[in-house]
Formats: sequence, C-alpha cells, structure tokens
Amino acid sequence: MSDTILRMQDITKTFPGVKALQDVNLSVTRGEIHAICGENGAGKSTLMKVLSGVYPHGSYDGEITFEGEECRFSGIRDSEHRGIVIIHQELALAPQLSIAENIFLGNEQATRGLIDWNRTNHAAGELLRRVGLHESPVTPILDLGVGKQQLVEIAKALSKRVKLLILDEPTAALNDEDSSHLLGLLRGLRDEGITCVIISHKLNEVMAIADRVTILRDGRTISTMDLQADEVTEDKIISGMVGRDLDHRYPPHSSHVGEEVLRIEDWTVHSPTQHGRVVVSNANLTLRRGEIVGLAGLMGAGRTELAMSVFGRSYGTGISGRLIKDGQEIHLRSVRDAIKHGIAYATEDRKRYGLNLIEDIKRNISAAALGKLAKRGWVDENEEFKTANGFRDSMNIKAPSVLSVTGKLSGGNQQKVVLSKWIFTNPDVLILDEPTRGIDVGAKYEIYTIINRLADEGKAVLVISSELPELLGICDRIYTLSAGRITGEVARAEATQENLMTLMTKGTE
Amino acid sequence: MSVAPTNADFAVAETPAAPAGPTGDSPRRYNLNLRQSGIYIAFALIVLLFTVLTGGDLLAPQNISNIIVQNSYILILAIGMILIIIAGHIDLSAGSVVAVCGAVAAVLMVEHDVPWPLALLITLVVGGLIGAWQGYWIAYFGIPAFIVTLAGMLLFRALTLTILGNRGIGPFPDEVRTLSNGFTEGYLGNIGLGALGGADLFSLLVGVVAVAGIVFTQWRTRSARQQYGQVVDPMPLFIGKIAVASFLVIAVIVQLARFKNLPWVLVLLAFLVLAYSLLTNRAVFGRQIYAVGGNLQAATLSGVKVKSVIFWIFVNMGVLAALAGVIFAGRLNQANPTAGANFELDAIAAAFIGGAAVQGGVGKVVGAITGGLIMGVINNGMSLIGAQSETVLLVKGAVLLAAVAFDVWSKRRAGASR
Repeated sequence: MSDTILRMQDITKTFPGVKALQDVNLSVTRGEIHAICGENGAGKSTLMKVLSGVYPHGSYDGEITFEGEECRFSGIRDSEHRGIVIIHQELALAPQLSIAENIFLGNEQATRGLIDWNRTNHAAGELLRRVGLHESPVTPILDLGVGKQQLVEIAKALSKRVKLLILDEPTAALNDEDSSHLLGLLRGLRDEGITCVIISHKLNEVMAIADRVTILRDGRTISTMDLQADEVTEDKIISGMVGRDLDHRYPPHSSHVGEEVLRIEDWTVHSPTQHGRVVVSNANLTLRRGEIVGLAGLMGAGRTELAMSVFGRSYGTGISGRLIKDGQEIHLRSVRDAIKHGIAYATEDRKRYGLNLIEDIKRNISAAALGKLAKRGWVDENEEFKTANGFRDSMNIKAPSVLSVTGKLSGGNQQKVVLSKWIFTNPDVLILDEPTRGIDVGAKYEIYTIINRLADEGKAVLVISSELPELLGICDRIYTLSAGRITGEVARAEATQENLMTLMTKGTE
Repeated sequence: MSVAPTNADFAVAETPAAPAGPTGDSPRRYNLNLRQSGIYIAFALIVLLFTVLTGGDLLAPQNISNIIVQNSYILILAIGMILIIIAGHIDLSAGSVVAVCGAVAAVLMVEHDVPWPLALLITLVVGGLIGAWQGYWIAYFGIPAFIVTLAGMLLFRALTLTILGNRGIGPFPDEVRTLSNGFTEGYLGNIGLGALGGADLFSLLVGVVAVAGIVFTQWRTRSARQQYGQVVDPMPLFIGKIAVASFLVIAVIVQLARFKNLPWVLVLLAFLVLAYSLLTNRAVFGRQIYAVGGNLQAATLSGVKVKSVIFWIFVNMGVLAALAGVIFAGRLNQANPTAGANFELDAIAAAFIGGAAVQGGVGKVVGAITGGLIMGVINNGMSLIGAQSETVLLVKGAVLLAAVAFDVWSKRRAGASR
C-alpha cells in the first residue's frame, strides 16, 4: 500500500484576479480510496480539472506525476489515455442514446469504420454486470434514474481501462439506497486495484469508505489524514475545512430588529424535472424588519430552490405551504405578484438569470420596476436616466456612465447593478442568493455595507451563502438547510463554523 | 424616405471619451458606433454606387417612387419581423399569411361587396387571429417559432388555395388600389422649381412640415436630456445631423413632387415607422421585447410576462402581414394563390441586414427599414442596368452574408464577455 500512483506537487492555478489553487500537494496511493474535502470554493473541482487536463499543461504551475512519469496533459483525452477518468457532478451522458452507445461514446467498437453492434452491446453487458446494474444495454439513458446513470458513468470509465477514478460529489443527487450501492461498488473496485479519488461533502460517507482524506481550504492543502491510523473524527475534518479567522472583512453593524415581515410555513417543493423528488421539505422560516438572516447549506441542499419557489413560484412544482406577509396570508402565483408584494430575489447566477448583458446599466436597473418610470405605458427615459444615475452614486457602481453595457462590467459592479434593480422595486424582503460569489474582496466589503444599509432602512434581508464566515460576519440569525430540511436556527452569538457545518451535514436519514 | 436616424442611435457613440473608467470601455463605444451606424453608411454607399452605375436613373423622380411602392409590403413585414427577431424568434409564415389575407380581402370586397373599410378591418382582424393562433403554440405551448411558423407557412398557403382555388380574384375597389399604387392629389396645384421643373406644392409643404417636425422633436429631446445632465451631441454635430436628415427628406420629397406627388403607401409607411419606433424605444411593452430577447430568464425573474409579450408580437405580425396582403393584392389588382411567396425571407433578410442579432435582444425598426431599402435599391438598380436575375440573387445573398458577418465580427472584436 505504499506505492504512490499519483503525486501532484506545488500546483498553483490563477484565474484573473483570483488564486484558485496555491501550492497544493496531493499524493494518492495505489489501490486506496482517497477523499478530498473542503468548503465550496476551496479549490477541489479546480484541482481535479488540473489533474484531468481540462486546464491543460502550461495553464498552471506545478508538477503532476502519474505512475512515476511526469504528465503534461493538453486535454481530457490525454488523461483518459493514461487511465485517469473523472466523473463530474453533472453527468455527461446523452439522454437519447442507449446505455451501450453512451459507454462507448468516442470509443466506438468498430470494424473497418462500421460499428459492430453485437460487440458493443455484449461488452456493455459485461461492464454493467461489473457495476451491478441490471439493465439491458440497449435501454436509453433517459429511462434511468440518476443513481443508475451514475453507474453507467462508472461502467464507461471501466471501459476505458481506468486506473484512477475521480468522482466529484457522486452521491449529491442520490437517495440513500443508491448511495450505499455506489459506495459498495467503489469498495469493490478498490479491491480490484482501481484507485479512487472522491470529492464529497458528506462526511459520514467519507468516514465510511475513505482510506485517507486530504483537506483543502482557500486553495491550499491543509492536511492529509489517514483514517485507519490516526484518530480522525468528523469534527476534526470540519475544523480543518473551516479553520479560518474572522478578520476585518465585515463592516461592523448592529441591527434594530423590528416586527415580523414574512413567515414561511410548512413550505414543501417538488422537483420539476425529477418526478416525485422532494427538494424542500416542510421548511419554516421567519424574517423580521431590520434583520439580516442567513441561510446556510451545502450545494444541493435546496437553498436556491427554496428562495425561488417563494419568489412567485419561479422554481418547482407541487409547492405547498403558507406565506404570511405582515400578518396576512399571501398567494404569489408569478414573479409579478412577488414584486408587487414587496419581495425581491437577487439570483446567485447574475449572468444567466440576473442581467441582460447586452443592455446598458440604466435599462437593467429599471427592468423589474419599469412601471414606476412610465406613464400610460410610455417610459420616461430622462427619469430613467436620473434614477440610474442615482443608483450609480449611492451604490458606487464603477462605470463611465449608466449607458455602459453591463456585460463589460466587473463581477462586483454587475452585482451592484442587480442589487440596484431590486432595491428600485422598493421591497420589504430581499432574498440575496450568493451575493458575493465571484467578486473580489474589496467589492465584497461594499456589498456587505449595502446589505447593512438595507437592514437599517427596515428591510428584511435573507442572505444565502456557501461561505460560512460570510454568514457569521453579517447575519443576526442563521438557518441551516440540509437535504431540503431546515436542520437548525442559530443566533449569531451561538453560531460557530463548526456547529453550523455539523447542522448542514446532518444526515438525511 | 422621411426616416431619419433618431438621435438615440448615436447617443452612445458620441459620448466623449470618458475618463478611462476601470472597465476600459472606450474600444467598445467605437464598435457600438460602427455597428449601429454602419448600416446607414452602407446604404449611402449602395445608393451612390447604383446612381453612378445607372447614370443617375436610380434617383430619377419616377424611379424613387417605384422603389417605395414596389417594396412597401416587404417593409411593412420587416417592421413586424424585427420585433419578433428582437424577441429571439422567427416567422417563416409571413408570406403565406400575406396570401391568405389578400384572398380574404378579395372575397369580401369583390365577391360579397363588403364596403372596403369594413373589409379591410375584417382582414386585419383575421390577420390578428392567425397571429394569435401561432403565438399560442409558440408562447403558451412552447413549440419553437421556427416549427410553428414553418407549419403556418404550409397551412396558410393551403388555406389560400382553398379560398381561391386556382384563380385570382379581382379587380379591387379603387380606394384599395389607390392605397397600394396611388398618389396624393395635387390639392394645391403645381409650383415651378426653376431648373427642376414643376412640382406639387402640397407634397412640398408636407416635406417642410416633416422637416420642421424633425427639427422640433430633436431639439426638444436634446434640451430635455441636457436638463437631466445627460451627455448630448455637441451643437455643430447636432446641427449637422439634422441638416443631413432634412436634406434627405426634402430631396426625396422634391423628386416625388416632380413625379406624381406622394405615394399613399409612403404616408402609411412613415406613420408605421414612427409609431413602431416609438413603441420599441419608449413603450414599456417595447422594452419588454428587448428584455425577453436579451435574456429570457432574467426577464422572467424581473416579472416580465414573457409569454404574453411573445404572444402579442405574433398577433402584431399577423395584423401587419394582413395589411401587407391587402396592399400587395391591391397593387396587382387581384388576390393570387401564389402571392407573397418568399416575402418572409426578404423581411427576415431586411431585419438582419438592418443590424438585428441572431441571438435576439438587438435591432431597430429604422434599421430593418434601411435593410429592406438596401435590398430594394439593389433589386431596382440591378434591373435598371439590365442584370440577369441570377446576378441579382447572387448579390443579395452576398450582401446578407456580409452584413451578418460584419455584425458577428464586430461583436467578437469588441471582445464581448459572454
């Protein structure tokens, strides 16, 4: 067990303005299951993309040695050729094609240019037996659940004579039964000599199957622990993942909490794509005037889904539960209704869902409340200009003019435009989904200041964030969400990263 | 044409090089400028080219009148089409809708002697219903517009054949023919213009009023903007632009006045262009069209009733296609089962030549009209110099490809971060 199959040394990867990885070291022993843990944004996925050649040699610093040879992958094909296969969180299968076709996609079993279907389906059948999937190879992928699709991905990896299998959050979308089958399969593969690297948020799973675990935080390696030898507990892993000081990254603020504005009761949401899957289950939340409330949860916990379903049912089907605004029950059937009732939602993905990137700042700011600038259906463009200019000053949007196209602004300034748009609707409740994602430290501070100002104006603010320090730094109260359930409500004074992380990873049993 | 580029077309471009902001926006401005005004420059060059090639015949009084009358129905369709393209959709059925509405109008006016204003109104309503039918499938049922309108292209051609059989129905009442083909009366008689000969005084007065209108509205817009502290064109540039626009309007009107006065379709077109420019630039509904085309999800999450916006632009397209259908039938003086074939393609080409973006979210009514006129001038100019029809098609195809290639290229050069 001392034979090192993979060594990544001093890996540094820089994106414009951000150091995603800094001197990361990872060493994986042949035939082990090696877990990589870290918060969202710690650099796990980036590291795996470096390893698999998605970020080609030359775009990062450092050295990768696989089976004793230095590797310079220029693409994912190179790494697969060497036997390194990565299975991404979002599965990459063609839904209309059969299992067999997917397994041999790009590696077709052909004789003189013609596909040999007998050989294809026969070989696929063999692989399916190995992964324990009892389906016919000709079944189309779209007839399979996510758990079985995951197995097809693994079968596909096996078809490539995989030596090192990397799984990114393999169980995130699986139910317990599928998860345990998958974990059992990984153990079986390990016994066949296939090395696995698994990225997971679910510490109980990590504890159950991993031999060693490497912890990443802020793009650096914190430590590698041997689960067999050392006395490793979940708490120890958690403190490694979050062990960061709260310094002066948050403006001081004391909230004046007023009466209740919005109460969400027994809120349940079903997935619109996966029939019957419950995404949010019986959630109860209360928001008060002048208060900044956090919503913590790992990726896939249902944070955005909860927020968007409240925001005029812009996500989900089969929504049940009650919304009580200022003491009265309200029914929001559309985004328009939500805006009318003083609820605003600033999306986590501003480029896709928040901004019209080909339009200027002015028109983006007015987009959600154009009616306020119009008389009988005609927009007063001069008032619009004046309004936008007002926001440019008060929000400190750095742009030559409000006629600048939003697509050209930096992330922080784009975010300020999104916030301006929602503040202009004059909401009582602002739901901010990952308000500081992908923006630099200075701009983050400005965003926090804006959030504080909104609370001081008597608005209720709900901040959704993957960054626990951020929530601890700005929120008065924090809800934790795990697998669609509210698992805790912690006041600022009692909240620590450790107890939040424990609540966020609370099992789904 | 009395279609002057509005001040808004240039406002962004003319902002003086701002103190180099943190975003380094300056190169983008230049491109925006080129992208927006490139179409007008191209139009001027094409007109110039054919004026030289035809020894001035292109700009002869009768020929200018011909260009307008011959292209009026395409230009009307282009107005409806640009709205659909801005929203990120397409309409392939426009030509068939033109045919079926022409047929409906003919049956009503010729066979049932329905008074022409009522018949026109009914035809427009029929057009609207056809648009509503397509809009329903696209907006509410979620079938791509490409498919729905491709089906519509077949369906409405079939309907035309059902109504007309294999014959044409005509002749149309004089009033309808006047709308399509006719000219304003010489209400005030003629006036001598020296070397240019006699010209219709009424037409000239209309031209003067139009110029006065341009000057007045532009001036008012400019001073309102100044009051709000917006950057406006420096005075000499402002005057220069207005002078050019006024000169063009007067020049066209003088030529028309020397021939047979103002074509009624020109009056109609001027009205439509004005109304739809206002709609797209200033109305909440117009803004929502751009929002839907620019980023559908963002528009949805901003409370725009996306489905209703898409539905209504198809209804609008149906009404405009009906209007074009009546005008085309009136011009031929009969409704014809093969009427309107390929009109939709000309309208789509006009929109894209006029600067619309394939992904949606970008485009202007004036741009689409200019695009349509570019095609019209090429058609007309090449037939004047006796070019073969294959050459005309070749040139039109090349112009369309070049226009869109230019758009894509300038966007890429601007380094759009999307």
